[in-house]
Amino acid sequence: MLEFILLSCINTLIYGLLLFMLSSGLTLIFGLMNVLNFAHASFYMLGAYFAYEVSTHIGFWPALVFAPLGVGLVGIFIERYGLRSVHKYGHVAELLFTFGVFYVVNELVILIWGRNPVAYKIPEMLDFTLMSAMGTEFSAYRAFMLLISVSMFAVLFFAITRTRLGLIIQAALTHPDMVGSLGHNVPLVFMYVFGGGAALAGLAGVIGGNYLITEPAMALNLGPIVFVVVVVGGMGSLTGAFVASLLIAALQTFAVGFEVSLSDLLALWGVSAPDAGGFFHDLLRIEISHTRGMMPYLFMVLMLVFKPKGLMGTREE
Amino acid sequence: MKDNTAASAMRPFVVKSLAILAVVAIILLLPQIFQTRFAQSLLNQIGIAVIFALSYNMLLGQGGMLSFGHAVFYGLGGFMAIHTLKMVNNGVVPIPTELVPLIGGAFSCIFGLIFGLISTRRAAIPFALITLGIGELIASCALIFPSFFGGEEGVSANRWTDVTLSPLNFGRAGEVYLLIAAWMLVCVFLMYLLTRTPLGRMANAVRDNPERARFIGYNPHMVRTIQFSLSAFFAGIAGSLFAINFEIITAHALGMMASADVLMMTYIGGVGHFFGPILGAVLVTFLQLVLANITHAWLLYFGLLFMCMVLWAPNGISGLIMLHEPVWKAGLFKKLLPSYGRALVPGLVLFLGVIILVEINYHLSLSTNPESPMSLFGIEISAQSAPPWIASLLLMTVGFLFFRKAAFQVRDAWDEVTRRMRKGEH
Repeated sequence: MLEFILLSCINTLIYGLLLFMLSSGLTLIFGLMNVLNFAHASFYMLGAYFAYEVSTHIGFWPALVFAPLGVGLVGIFIERYGLRSVHKYGHVAELLFTFGVFYVVNELVILIWGRNPVAYKIPEMLDFTLMSAMGTEFSAYRAFMLLISVSMFAVLFFAITRTRLGLIIQAALTHPDMVGSLGHNVPLVFMYVFGGGAALAGLAGVIGGNYLITEPAMALNLGPIVFVVVVVGGMGSLTGAFVASLLIAALQTFAVGFEVSLSDLLALWGVSAPDAGGFFHDLLRIEISHTRGMMPYLFMVLMLVFKPKGLMGTREE
Repeated sequence: MKDNTAASAMRPFVVKSLAILAVVAIILLLPQIFQTRFAQSLLNQIGIAVIFALSYNMLLGQGGMLSFGHAVFYGLGGFMAIHTLKMVNNGVVPIPTELVPLIGGAFSCIFGLIFGLISTRRAAIPFALITLGIGELIASCALIFPSFFGGEEGVSANRWTDVTLSPLNFGRAGEVYLLIAAWMLVCVFLMYLLTRTPLGRMANAVRDNPERARFIGYNPHMVRTIQFSLSAFFAGIAGSLFAINFEIITAHALGMMASADVLMMTYIGGVGHFFGPILGAVLVTFLQLVLANITHAWLLYFGLLFMCMVLWAPNGISGLIMLHEPVWKAGLFKKLLPSYGRALVPGLVLFLGVIILVEINYHLSLSTNPESPMSLFGIEISAQSAPPWIASLLLMTVGFLFFRKAAFQVRDAWDEVTRRMRKGEH
């Protein structure tokens, strides 16, 4: 049991920080521009594929730098030449545009790299067991992922709270017009934030792509979960996104271990479930571990219904 | 004199009725004209898509609600219909096949009411997110409730029964077409009437200014909820027809990609006019079935078309058509034609360049042997050699440059036409 908890905690931390890398950019973009970027997980996917391409030709370490940069440039391009021109049609049009980007990027990835997963592997240098405690192995790459995500978190925190650009971003979150009046180029700030958010998602792709899997469906699989994180944490709130990332990750990781169903619960009370087929039979037989996929969405829907601001959000829209 | 005015007042009505009758006749005669199996299947799917897209537009176009989970109701209706058919097959209940869509629709409508209540308190982004969440939720439910959703392989039934109202027993695709066409006409008519009811008008009002609607005593949440559940009803009918047509339905029918399809279809057709989604459904389904046979890259072209629409024609094809209505009436359409012609040629050149680039890339990444020669427009080329790449890049550059130039000419022509139309009015 202790072993399970330890392992789950580590997995939660890794998965949660990976989610945070994606959700931090998304929530900042939403907070600043009121744009829900449907294509955010596509940047994650692009990061993984760029890293695969760079690491097969040059190596993993250059990929760690160049892939996020490349994704950031793609993000800047999309913001400058696409998003900015649909801005005049309103938020729904912006959402539709990013949805289109998501769709096209998916197809482009298939076009260039094919439908099957690519062999983007963990670098040999980090492919060993760092330590093992109580029968649980902890690989060096996981430690590396933790290191990268924690340092990313620190840098982001520093950049937002201590640098000039960060202060402008913070001000623009709440008072965009005032910031504009003070002579700052708000659209340019938007562009940087969009590019920065894309680069962060790309970085998540670089370190997550080889840990999980690099395939064309990865954006579709992770994208909705990132939305869940942003909504649960509160749209536009960085701290909220951090808390929610860990929460959702814990929810999904720990659910795997519980193979308890309603009929087991009934059995505890001495009631044996009728063995008839049909819908109620299914309902009684669902194990908690089976609900892993649906749990975040249930959580999000309930959150939006009962507390639309999210855990730490300040506004409803 | 009096008779004369009455007659002239009657004339538009008569013309309209005749036009509607003609359309109905054409729709019913279509399978006689196109008798291949492929055409039959295409017509059936177009009919279903028309209902589905129109029901989606009740949300997006008329109610201002961007849903990412509309296929949930399509799928739920379809599953209900297939279970009903199964029960008819087993002799449990004698429900005529013609009325099965009604059951699917009602089932979806109930779910529409429940999900509508919780999702429509606010429109725009929160609504989009809740529908996305509900969509994912139901899609993941599909795997843990195999008794209703049939797990991976779905649920199948036999549509060929003797329990029918009409002499048809729906064994052949042609007979199913009649069923689909009849339901399509009824649904299109009903959805059109709905736009004319106070509810339809209030949905528009709530879309444009919810605060003001609330001020004059309407609850936007209620209006949206009713609109949402009615839209779910029609989506359920479309899903039921899908189930009857294919005799099988799987969890794919209610997934994210199905929702994306109907969203893009509706948007490409245009959300601003009632007939827009019909155009979108016909065009996209046609392209889907025809192009999917020709090229693997169909989805990419589809996505690019969608992006172009979002960027440059936010009112879709119907919007583009209706833009020209006043110009046509003023008799100035021929002023625009030369500039359109000049834009069309470089546009096609640009498109050709894109096609070549996409196709050679697809050949390289997806074919079993990339070295093998591929054929494009009947010409054998080798994807590895330089000429097709150079040709494609050249075509794209030249096409783009001239297209840009032509786009300015189109704008000038439009300015000229608008100026003359304004002059004509005063």
